[in-house]
Amino acid sequence: MIRFLVLLTTLLFASSAMAAGSDPSPQPKEMACTTAPRELKDLFYGEALYDAFQGDWFDAIARLDTELWQFHGLDEPQRDSLFQHIDQAEFAVGDFELAYRMHQRAGRAITAVIEGNVEEPVRNTAIFRLARLYFRKHQPVQALHTVERVNGAVPAELLGDLAFLRALTLMANGRDADATPILRELQGVKDYEGFAGYNLGLALMRDGHELEGRQFLDRSGRIETNVPATLAIKDKSNLVLGEKLLKEDRYDGAKEVLDRVRLSGPFSNRALLGSGWADAFQGRFERALVPWSILSEREITDSAVQEALLAVPYAYAKLGVYSKAALLYGRALQAFGSEVDKLDASIGSIREGRFLQALVREELKQDANWVVKLRELPETPETYYLLDLMASHDFQESLKNYLDLEGLRKKMAGWEGDLDAFEELIGLRRAYYEPLLPEIDRQFRRLDSRMRLRLEQRDHVKKRLHAMLTAPRPEHLATAEERIFKEQMVRIDLGQLTDGESEARIRRLQGVLNYNIHTDYDRRLTEAYRHLHDLNLHIEALQQQYAAFVRVRQAATQSYQGYDETIRRQRSRIGEARDTVATLMARQGHILEVMAINELSNRRDRLAEYQIKARFALADSYDRATRAQGLKKVDQ
Amino acid sequence: MRKVWGYFAFTMAVLVLSFSAYAEDISKEQMKGLDEQVQDIKGDVLGIAAQLYQLEEKLLYPSDTQVAVFISLAEGEQFRLDAVKLQLAGKPVADHLYTFKELEALRNGGVQRLYTGNVTTGDHDLQVTFIGKSKGGADFLMTENFTVSKAVGPKIVEVTLAEKALGFKDW
Repeated sequence: MIRFLVLLTTLLFASSAMAAGSDPSPQPKEMACTTAPRELKDLFYGEALYDAFQGDWFDAIARLDTELWQFHGLDEPQRDSLFQHIDQAEFAVGDFELAYRMHQRAGRAITAVIEGNVEEPVRNTAIFRLARLYFRKHQPVQALHTVERVNGAVPAELLGDLAFLRALTLMANGRDADATPILRELQGVKDYEGFAGYNLGLALMRDGHELEGRQFLDRSGRIETNVPATLAIKDKSNLVLGEKLLKEDRYDGAKEVLDRVRLSGPFSNRALLGSGWADAFQGRFERALVPWSILSEREITDSAVQEALLAVPYAYAKLGVYSKAALLYGRALQAFGSEVDKLDASIGSIREGRFLQALVREELKQDANWVVKLRELPETPETYYLLDLMASHDFQESLKNYLDLEGLRKKMAGWEGDLDAFEELIGLRRAYYEPLLPEIDRQFRRLDSRMRLRLEQRDHVKKRLHAMLTAPRPEHLATAEERIFKEQMVRIDLGQLTDGESEARIRRLQGVLNYNIHTDYDRRLTEAYRHLHDLNLHIEALQQQYAAFVRVRQAATQSYQGYDETIRRQRSRIGEARDTVATLMARQGHILEVMAINELSNRRDRLAEYQIKARFALADSYDRATRAQGLKKVDQ
Repeated sequence: MRKVWGYFAFTMAVLVLSFSAYAEDISKEQMKGLDEQVQDIKGDVLGIAAQLYQLEEKLLYPSDTQVAVFISLAEGEQFRLDAVKLQLAGKPVADHLYTFKELEALRNGGVQRLYTGNVTTGDHDLQVTFIGKSKGGADFLMTENFTVSKAVGPKIVEVTLAEKALGFKDW
C-alpha cells in the first residue's frame, strides 16, 4: 500500500497537470502502515488497531493517546502490558495521525521515535515515513534532508520504497542527475514497472538528456501489463511523449505514440484529441475525423470533447463538406449554449450552498465511486464540470479537511447529548442516594464503633495468649464454671466452719480445681489458640465485608459527586471547539466553493469563446455551402 | 489556419491555466494556514475525546464493578464471522453483526471491545455464541460458556473465536 501511495503521489507530483488520472475518492485511501504484533500483549493497543484497520483514525488516535498518556504516567511502566509494544505504539500513533492528516503531530511523534533508543530498522522505517510525510506535504527540502538521515540496516521490504522516495525527493529538489542512477536501478523491479521508467524519463529530459529521456518514456509506454496502476502510467507516458512530439511538429511520431493510449482510460480523451490534431496538422482531415468523431460522442462536460465538437466540423469544412460542417457547427453551438446554461445553474447552485451540502452526504461516502454518484444527483449540477478539479491535490486536501471538520462537528454534537445524559444520570443518582445515605451512615457509625470494640478485645486476647507462651498463667484459662466455683469457695469463711471434715473437703475441692486448671493448661492454651484462629477467620470475613461496604459507600457518593466541574469544563471546551470548527468549516467551505466557481467560470468563459468561434465558423461554412450550391445551380 | 486552431491543441495547458486562475483568489499560504488550523482543532477535539472517555468510564463503569469483553479472531482463521452474542449471568448483553470492514480489522489482528458493563464481585457465567460460515461455505453456530470471576478492580476478558473452538483469556 505504501508503494501504491508513493506511486500515486508521483502521479500528482511529477506532473500536476496530469492529476486528472488520480483517484478522487474521499474514502480513507490514507492507509496506515502499522500492523498488529504477532502476539498481542495489550488488549487496549489491539482495540486501537481495530479502529485503525477500519479507517476510524479519530477513535484509534484518541484511544492510543489515552493509553500512552497513562503508560507514561506509571511509576513502573515496565510492568504494564503496553511496555511490550511501546515502540510500535509510539510509532503507530504517529502513523495514525498521518493517516488522519495531522501532519504536524505525526511529524513530532515519528521524530520522537527516531530520536529514541530504537533499533536501526525501526529508526530507518520511521525516517522513511517522516520523509514521505514531508514529501506529501510538498516540503521537498525537508523530505530530502530527512531521507538522507537513513543509515544502517533497513527492513528488506522497505528498500525499494525508500529508493523510490529518495529519487522523487531528489527530483523535487531539482537534482535530477542524482535521481537518475537510483531510478535506473529500479528499472528491473516489478513493483515499479512503468513508474520508475516514467520518472527516469522525466528526470533525464529535465537534466538535458532529452533523447534518452524520451526513450524511457517510450519504453514505459510500451509495457505489456494488465495491472490497472501500471496501465495508467503507461497511458500517461504515451500522452506526455505524444503531446511533446506534437508541440515539436513531429506529427507521425506523435500520432503513433498517442494511439497507444487506451480508449477507455482516463487519458483517452486527450489522446484522441491529440491524435486527430496530428493528422489535421498534416492535412489528413479524413483520418483526423476518426478519433475526433469518437471523441465528440463522449461526455460533453470534458473539455477535450467540447474541443472535438468544433474540430469535427472544422475537418469537414477543410474537406469541403460545408453543409455538414455548418450543420455540426450549429449542433456544437446548441450544445455549448446548453452547457453554458448548465454552468450558470451550477455556479448559482454553489453560491446557494448546495455543493457543500452534497459533499457531506453520507450515502456518497459509502461508495468508492462517489464522484460519479455525485454527478448523478439531479440536485448537484455543479459537479458535472468538476471532475478534473476534484482530482487535483489542492481540492482533495481542502475537501478532506472539510469532511474531517464535518466529522468533528457531528462528534461534538453527539458529545453534547452525552453530557446531557450524564447530567441527568447524575441527578437521578443524587436524588436516590442523598435521602438514604444519612441513615445508612448513622447505622454504619454505630456498627463501626461496635466492631472497633470487638477488634480491640480480640487484640487484647491475642496479646494475653501470646504473653502466656513465655509466662504461663493457667488461671487465665479457667472456665467460667471453674471461676464461679472458685469464687464461691473463696467466699466461704473457713474459720467459721466447725466441722474439720468440711474444711478439709473444701481444701480438697480447691486442690482439685487448681489441679485441673494447671494440668489442663496446655490443652486449654492450644484450644484458646484454635479459637483465636477461628475468630481471626471471622474477623477477616468481617473486614472484607467492611471494606466492601466502604467501597460501595464511596462508590455511591462518587457516582454523583465531583462531576459537575468536569462536565462544565468539557461542555465549555466542546462549545469553544464547536465554534472553531464552524468557523473553519465556513472558511474551508468557502475555499471549496471559490475553487469550484472559478473552475466553472473558466469553463464557461472557454465555452463562450467556443461559441463565438462556432458562430463565425458556422456563418463561414454556411456562406461557403450556399456559394457552392449556387455554383452547382449555375453549372446545371 | 493552423495557428487559429493551434489554440485548441493542448487542452491540458488550458487546464493548468484554469488551475492557476483560482490561485489568484486563494493563495497557497491561505490554504496552508487553514490546514494548520484544521490540524490544531483536530488535536483539541482529540484531547476532549480522551477526557470524555475517562469521564464516561468513571461515571458509567467504575473500576469496582467494571467488566469488559473483548473479541479477537484466532490467527489464520478464514471463516466468515457473521454475528456474536453475549450473555452475562443469564442476561443478553451484546449482539453484534459484523461488517466486512470489521471482519477484516479482526483478521488483521485488531481486537474489538464488544461489551463493557457492570457486575458485582463473584463468579458470573459468560455465554458466547457466534455464527459464521466456514471457508467451505457451511453455516455454523457455536456456543460456549465461561466463568468470569469478578474481584475488586476492572475485569477484562478476551474471547478468541476460531472455527474449531473458542478461546478464553482472563486479563
